[in-house]
Amino acid sequence: MSKGKLAIYWAASCGGCEIAVLSINEKILDVVGAFDLVFCPCVVDGKVSDIEAMEDGEIDVCLFNGGIRTSENEYMAHLLRKKSKALIAFGACSGRGGIPGLANSTTVEKIFKEVYHDGPSTENPDGVQPKPHSTYEGCELHLPVIYDRLRALDQVTNVDYYLPGCPPEAPRIWDAIRAIVSGALPPPGAVIGAPASLCDECERKRDEKRIKRFYRTWEIIPDEETCLLEQGLLCNGVATRMGCGALCPQVNQPCIGCYGPAEGVKDTGARMISALASVIDSRDPEEIDRIIEEGIPDPVGTFYRFGLPTGLMRGGAGEPVNTERGDG
Amino acid sequence: MAENFEPRIVGFFCNWCSYRAADLAGSSRTQYAANVRIVRLMCSGRVDPAFIMKSLAMGADGVLVAGCHPGECHYLEQNYKAMRRVALLKHTIKHLGIDPKRVRLLWASAAEGPQLAAAVDEMVGEIKELGPLEWPKTWQDSKATPEALEAIAKEHAEVMEVRG
Repeated sequence: MSKGKLAIYWAASCGGCEIAVLSINEKILDVVGAFDLVFCPCVVDGKVSDIEAMEDGEIDVCLFNGGIRTSENEYMAHLLRKKSKALIAFGACSGRGGIPGLANSTTVEKIFKEVYHDGPSTENPDGVQPKPHSTYEGCELHLPVIYDRLRALDQVTNVDYYLPGCPPEAPRIWDAIRAIVSGALPPPGAVIGAPASLCDECERKRDEKRIKRFYRTWEIIPDEETCLLEQGLLCNGVATRMGCGALCPQVNQPCIGCYGPAEGVKDTGARMISALASVIDSRDPEEIDRIIEEGIPDPVGTFYRFGLPTGLMRGGAGEPVNTERGDG
Repeated sequence: MAENFEPRIVGFFCNWCSYRAADLAGSSRTQYAANVRIVRLMCSGRVDPAFIMKSLAMGADGVLVAGCHPGECHYLEQNYKAMRRVALLKHTIKHLGIDPKRVRLLWASAAEGPQLAAAVDEMVGEIKELGPLEWPKTWQDSKATPEALEAIAKEHAEVMEVRG
């Protein structure tokens, strides 16, 4: 049997997803046994032109991580879509927008102003900032165009499967690779993983949740056995897909929601608002406002840390290509 | 625009009090602004925050949630849940760049038709002052992406030519 072709690409991402692929340890040898790694700018030399020269659908599987922030990201998304049989949105950024997607809560102008001009560690007396076109010693230079906002991969092109997580955990990556090799794949458009919420795999004891105030993680040392939400920590587990093994709650940290919304959750923020409203122990509007203002200073960063571009309020404007999310 | 701006407001009214208050306002021919499109639900506690978000994301200028007075909920205490949900939601949309005044929670008993009508008038006035939200338009991409993509393809073709 001839080997399959595997591509791993990064768009607007941090590189952690490539490291996550390596974290399957010695099983990487099985992957290399089954696939030729034809393209992966992070670890092997390869040229975009080699991909452009390929037949359509020549790549068997492409693990695409990172969101779509620039024209280059979008170009690569379209190119790899065309050349790949299965395009997998790998990780939180390509699947939901991820951390870079939080930039959608502001504008490119404000980001540039902070990064290139006003930042406390910025030294830029000439006010230089990147431009799509510039000339240097008579040569014309080009940079990709930065878009107004970041989009998830499926807001740009069709995606076959999603593998959530920031980054996806090794056992889930291995599950996905095994499914691909054996051909036992779920229906297209599916998230490879379990449907239920993180609470289903969290071993903490749950009882009655009644909270008079929320705590930031540095304000208390939580008891190691009781549900973190019951102790007033803003745990996103109720709205988040399981699959990581509840790694954060295991070490006394609340879930930050990197696995994205659980099956049936349209918007993590809406689900968290519902859940927290049931937990706050007050019937006095002023006290409720105080609990919220003091306890949740950054609701967007707390509820949408990994999925602002695909949330109801910020993804609603860009029509998703995949119809599954169209009604969200 | 601002001159003739008629806000589109989605109303989620509970079956037992507020919807009946609206009925009463209607049957007693109370005049009030016709900007609220009412959706009847069994309880204000049924209002999922996603309903409100989706309304705004799809083009509503405001959302009015109305239920029974505290302590008078047909389902014991679900309106308290609505109270906390709306408070949390307003806090969240404020951080997303939407004036929290666009979402309002109102208590109206079945006998309070005139009060409901007055509250709707007041809300419509307030939203007229704020102007249209036009949230879907806010998030359209203004950059001409096809040109940018063509430029990259052209550049790559040039590189290929140089490489032979």
